[in-house]
Amino acid sequence: MKKIFPILSIVTVALLGYALYLALVVAPTDALQGEVYRIIYYHVPSAWTAFLLFFINFVASIRYLTRSKASTENAAKWVAIGIGVVGLVAPFLPPVRRLIPPGMEPSAVATTIVLIPALYFLVGKLFPGDRLDVLAVTSAEVGVVFCTIVLITGPLWARPVWGIWWAPGDIRLTSTLVLWLIYVSYLVLRRFSNSAQTQMLAAALAVFGALDVPLVYLSIWFFRTQHPQPVIGGGGSMDPRMLHVLLFSWLAFLLFGFLVCWSRFRLELLKREVEQAHAMESLAGAEDSEKASLPLSRSSR
Amino acid sequence: MNAVKFLFAAYVATWAIHLFYIGTLVRRFSRLRQQLRELGKGK
Repeated sequence: MKKIFPILSIVTVALLGYALYLALVVAPTDALQGEVYRIIYYHVPSAWTAFLLFFINFVASIRYLTRSKASTENAAKWVAIGIGVVGLVAPFLPPVRRLIPPGMEPSAVATTIVLIPALYFLVGKLFPGDRLDVLAVTSAEVGVVFCTIVLITGPLWARPVWGIWWAPGDIRLTSTLVLWLIYVSYLVLRRFSNSAQTQMLAAALAVFGALDVPLVYLSIWFFRTQHPQPVIGGGGSMDPRMLHVLLFSWLAFLLFGFLVCWSRFRLELLKREVEQAHAMESLAGAEDSEKASLPLSRSSR
Repeated sequence: MNAVKFLFAAYVATWAIHLFYIGTLVRRFSRLRQQLRELGKGK
């Protein structure tokens, strides 16, 4: 494992460098926005990566919450299977199909829903026991970093194109800011609360926070917003060369996000090891002082 | 030309945030390793 990390780091740096070259040199200039549209190659992959990380946080939190009882864990497993089966069939049924916004393919909806049980079982398999909580805090923290980038690059793109930094009341922008605030509060809770219930409380907060992710994603389909329509599956037309660069850029950022998560995961494990060592030392110190004080207290009687 | 400075700012801001975060991870790693070493010496 120790050898894979440096190799992957080199590959990631190469991919990010090539993605930058594609974004600035190879991708054609936009006819309406000019060069500034190239912010899309950092803004959109960062948003997708943040959504994916918050989704992982949601799955890890659900698993962490349900693992305390075998019956709850079993029920959650069947709910996940149920979501997968319904998600696979329902988007193709005519009554449900009518509810899907124009431009969004039923197959895309089905694939997204099937990802929920797939990730649920994968996360349970790869991260047993307390590692679920480690994964949750890791994905939330790295997700907040990517979401911060979305909130900074967004206004930097909006200013020259819309003429304003921020569109107050716009549901896409506001729900993204709320999402960021929820996960920042999640991290603050984890950082400053010392209660034994902190992990449970944080997991519950994460489940509510994750409910904002579909709202952010779907807001541009269901509401009139200043934000443009989605570039994939939204009926918008994007030059295939631009789309290739965008997808390549996302791949590079995904790999980068994975490496950062890997480091953060190891950091959290190390932190818990140090905390355990501190606890053991305090316990040993308390036992030593107890032993030392026993003969003295007996002799004084 | 004026809009290009926004493009530049967005790219610089992205990498500044990522590098800052990686820096905090490195700092936290070294602090924890130091604590672990001190705990090892104390035994």
